[in-house]
Amino acid sequence: MKEPVGTRGLILNEPFLWERGGKGRTGYSLPRRDVDSAPLPEDLAGDGPDFPDLSEVELVRHYTRLSTWNYGVDSGMYPLGSCTMKYNPKTNERQASLPGFTGAHPLVPSELCQGALQLIYELEHSLAHVAGLDAASVQPSAGAQGELAGMLVFAAYHRDQGKARSKILIPDTAHGTNPASAALCGFKAVSVATGPDGVLVPEAVEALMDEDTAGIMVTNPNTLGLFETHIQAIADIVHAKDGLVYADGANLNAVMGVVDFGRAGVDVLHINLHKTFSTPHGGGGPGSGPVCVVKRLEPFLPAPRVVKSGDGYALSEDFPKSIGKLHAFYGNFGIMVRAYSYIRTMGNKLKDVSQHAVLNANYIKEKLKDVYHLPFDVPCMHECVFSDKLQEQHKVTTLDVAKRLIDYGFHPPTIYFPLVVHGAIMIEPTESESRENIDQFIATMRRIAREAQEEPALLQEAPRNPKVRRMDETQAARKPCLRG
Amino acid sequence: MKELSEVNLPEDVRYTKDHEWARPKGEAFQIGITDFAQDQLGDIVFVELPETGDRFESGDEFGTVESVKAVSELFMPMGGEVVAINEALEDSPELVNTAPYTDGWMLEIKVGDPAAYDQLMDRAAYLDMLKGLEE
Repeated sequence: MKEPVGTRGLILNEPFLWERGGKGRTGYSLPRRDVDSAPLPEDLAGDGPDFPDLSEVELVRHYTRLSTWNYGVDSGMYPLGSCTMKYNPKTNERQASLPGFTGAHPLVPSELCQGALQLIYELEHSLAHVAGLDAASVQPSAGAQGELAGMLVFAAYHRDQGKARSKILIPDTAHGTNPASAALCGFKAVSVATGPDGVLVPEAVEALMDEDTAGIMVTNPNTLGLFETHIQAIADIVHAKDGLVYADGANLNAVMGVVDFGRAGVDVLHINLHKTFSTPHGGGGPGSGPVCVVKRLEPFLPAPRVVKSGDGYALSEDFPKSIGKLHAFYGNFGIMVRAYSYIRTMGNKLKDVSQHAVLNANYIKEKLKDVYHLPFDVPCMHECVFSDKLQEQHKVTTLDVAKRLIDYGFHPPTIYFPLVVHGAIMIEPTESESRENIDQFIATMRRIAREAQEEPALLQEAPRNPKVRRMDETQAARKPCLRG
Repeated sequence: MKELSEVNLPEDVRYTKDHEWARPKGEAFQIGITDFAQDQLGDIVFVELPETGDRFESGDEFGTVESVKAVSELFMPMGGEVVAINEALEDSPELVNTAPYTDGWMLEIKVGDPAAYDQLMDRAAYLDMLKGLEE
């Protein structure tokens, strides 16, 4: 398609539900009462909540119209760096809606939910296998909780060794949640500066690692989209002082079937099912952040755990060193079904996923680096980071470029992250996009770079096409209006 | 974004490598962030400050400043005890943008070793450092 995807069409206005409808309209009919009537306790009596009176068609149109204001990965490319907004195959939804899964109450006795338990068991083993580690727990309900689980395991391990430690090393390219997760476990974060090539150098870790440091948290590939090539040497340094190595696997989409984290010296890794394993993401969640560990840390994993006994599966609490329960019941089960469906669908093609994700990012990097400044001009992994340095002279910022992309029908990439790059634009195309889509994105980015030179106001005033134009983000943060 | 020549760098304060400034005020010192820092951060929407009576070493994180782009840590130019905080910033964080060296001040601290002030960068040294960052 040569024409821009984004145009200005008819945009339907839609009021609040309370401004629609009319007294007495309903969109439902209650079934006939099949129990004896009973008086309502007095303390529960009174006026009910203020629900709008709506017919079915009014309700359907309301949400359908709202949905046309939205933009999702089902509408187009969503190159949000560090978020892996890949397409979520519809077969995942189909498996997750099987009545045997949707109808299984979490308190049902294990002999009546063997299928669900088997799925959890096999998913944990598959994830550990992909990571190159020995065991996994799917309990954590998001990436940050996976990190927290990892840090709790660190703390439990050192306590078990008889010597609690107070510090943790965190590179300046780490995900922002890393220091927060560590602090919740009582560790003081010590920042490690990135080397000149955008990756950690062993000497920097050597200088900071001591007997009071619990270990290191490394995001690998890091948030510059670069693989931490010295990970093995760094792990050796940390292990020599009996520290542990945590890898934030938020960027696992770049290295499935390529990197064996166990052999790289990683002791704990968390995975985001809602990124790498194609489960809904970004308002469509909930998330899931399984944590994988090496054998010697397995006793500390969250409990209860699914264990195999004979031909069957059971939940066991018999893990005395466990860090305990992290989630009501056993985690976000519906998400596990989707991820399991994805893994079984892809099989050993998961390696192709990573290879295509990396190829797509490098293709974009090469095709744009003459018009956008590329701070680290080295082969990247599944995302590439540009900055607005070349646009600065025209008084055009990263924010303006991102807003202009909306006019052309693309979701903007991640901006102003990672923090180590001033005015960062972080693009992650994922493996989902075809060559044609990526070429159109590249052509659009180049066109925007030209506009920045010739007619910067087009960017400074963008977006022009969507329902709402540029929002006052400052005012929204300073004086938030929290109700309609 | 300002050019370096447009950045306001007064002579009557001293500077840190993390872009805080300090200025003697009676027996105490006033602390804030520089015009360069506020310009880089963009519109500031929230400033988190410690409480009066809190004690910090030089280089300790004493709070955070949140802009539309990012959350950044604030670091103590000198060790000491917090004797006052700028409560106006709670409702008007934009003062840090509009008046970083006056109404946008953040803390007043009582310093154990006032000589530490002389160790901080003067205007010329800070400007040199900024020039280095630009390259």
